[in-house]
Amino acid sequence: MLTVTGVCRSAGARWILDDVTCAVPAGSLVGLLGPNGCGKTTLLRIVARLAAPEVGRVTVDGDDVATLSRTTLARRAALLAQHADTDLDLTVIEVVLLGRTPHRRSRWADSAADSAAATDALARVDLDGYADRRWHTLSGGERQRVHLARALAQQPRLLLLDEPTNHLDIGHQLHLLHLVRRAGITTLAALHDLNLAAMFCDTVVVLAAGQVVAAGAPAEVLTPHLLADVYGVHADVAAHPTTGRPVITYHPPAS
Amino acid sequence: MAIRRGLGTGTLLGMLLAGLVGSIGAAVTIGPADISVSTVWAVVADRLGFVDADVPLLREHIVWRLRLPRVLGAAAVGGGLAGVGAVMQTVTRNPLADPYLLGVSSGASLGAVAVLVVGLGGGVAALTGGAFAGALAAFAVVVAVSGRRAALAPTRVVLAGVAVAQLCAAGTSFVIIWVADPHATQSLAFWLSGSLARVDWTSLVWAAPVLAAVLILLAAHARTLNAFAFGEDAAASLGVPVTRVRWLLLVATALLTAALVAVSGAVGFVGLILPHAVRFLTGADHRRLLPAVVLAGAIFLVWVDTAARSLFAPRELPVGVLTALLGVPAFVVLLRRREARG
Repeated sequence: MLTVTGVCRSAGARWILDDVTCAVPAGSLVGLLGPNGCGKTTLLRIVARLAAPEVGRVTVDGDDVATLSRTTLARRAALLAQHADTDLDLTVIEVVLLGRTPHRRSRWADSAADSAAATDALARVDLDGYADRRWHTLSGGERQRVHLARALAQQPRLLLLDEPTNHLDIGHQLHLLHLVRRAGITTLAALHDLNLAAMFCDTVVVLAAGQVVAAGAPAEVLTPHLLADVYGVHADVAAHPTTGRPVITYHPPAS
Repeated sequence: MAIRRGLGTGTLLGMLLAGLVGSIGAAVTIGPADISVSTVWAVVADRLGFVDADVPLLREHIVWRLRLPRVLGAAAVGGGLAGVGAVMQTVTRNPLADPYLLGVSSGASLGAVAVLVVGLGGGVAALTGGAFAGALAAFAVVVAVSGRRAALAPTRVVLAGVAVAQLCAAGTSFVIIWVADPHATQSLAFWLSGSLARVDWTSLVWAAPVLAAVLILLAAHARTLNAFAFGEDAAASLGVPVTRVRWLLLVATALLTAALVAVSGAVGFVGLILPHAVRFLTGADHRRLLPAVVLAGAIFLVWVDTAARSLFAPRELPVGVLTALLGVPAFVVLLRRREARG
């Protein structure tokens, strides 16, 4: 369970986040939506304590993240950042084992529990047999799944995803969110694609100019009216033929 | 990489360690006076008090006073610089980082020159002390300029290091021209491009504790350094206290670099090239990389220094000239491999 209460953060004279309050109930997948620059990434960074709020507080399972040690927080919450790439020549299992950093007992060796958690995490993202592949030989979709495995190896109670499907083809986008869903961990995910959000999220929170403008089930929130207000687009919303979830079709801008 | 899988960490490190001991033993026998390996071991065993060997005094003097400290100095400087380079490249996330990135070597030069000018003489102890003080002063200035928010953001530190290095270099040139003592200028020039000719037991005893302490500290952070692979935010979200670790490692590596530069001058390219070369063998995991790179750097500099003092004997090349001659082609190969990898 994640709660964000009255969080404010400024950059110069502008509020990036202006009194943001929202919650992610235990076990649910909540989509964080909104146009570019609305504060999604900043909110995720504050939850992960990579940035501090000027006002307000964030709690994970009842504890204020500001009072937790970095290690304790890293055992509770794992972050998938937007462009996490490396120059180094690492293997897949080495990347996944990084997720064991907050759990390690020894400064030097990986424990049996570390190896088991890493192998299990690889299986949970459908990458069994990839352990010895080199990072720079993987496709973008595979890399994101390795990052997800690294996050799962952290054995967190909360997953924070910052636009995890960026630059992936549609097959990998669906697969990645399916894997996140299947992991069953409380998740807050910043997403760009509204149809993906509608398909996978239990609830969505819409940010615009640093403020929460709507929150609730996708079918209640993602209305033509809201899309016009927040994104300035003209769109129709229909029900998906099999899932009943909202499906958005956009109209070209009037010329 | 095939080698990396085929060869266990223990085997690789064992081979490198044996290689280092063998290299030191062999390098001591090379020189104008013909001295056999058995003589070398006899002298060492005698000096350490294990046996009472009967070696002629002159030979004992050559081995114990001249060659052994120099070869051990080469091993210490090569190993230390290679280890520092590997850590700097990770902490600053900059593949071009080397131990001199933070102005330490330029500060050392200025410190040594200042000692000459102030008139404390050109003695080894005074030069070494001046260089060490200058190196630490330069690093302190870099930190003061860049660490406004105590976070030591890598880009700011690197930029400040470049600026301070330029300033110190300008200061050094100015002093050399101003003093205009050809003897001092010559001895300095030789030292500035890096040379192990001045290494004796005093400077070794001085640098060894710093080397040992810093290497132990780096080894203790090997797993933590791995967490920096995807950047500082990723490391922080894995529970690493990024700012504290960066401070600790930058200060420790600056201290070691200062100690090494005071001993040998600024030997170039070892700290830049060796980490890249060894990564091809070990992969990027610092638990394999760090011990391997320290041993490989030590072996490398032992042999390069042996070549520097014997190739054109009795004339001696500054070892820094040879490391650059070897380092630049290695650098080009490295760039091509990176390109090929995309």
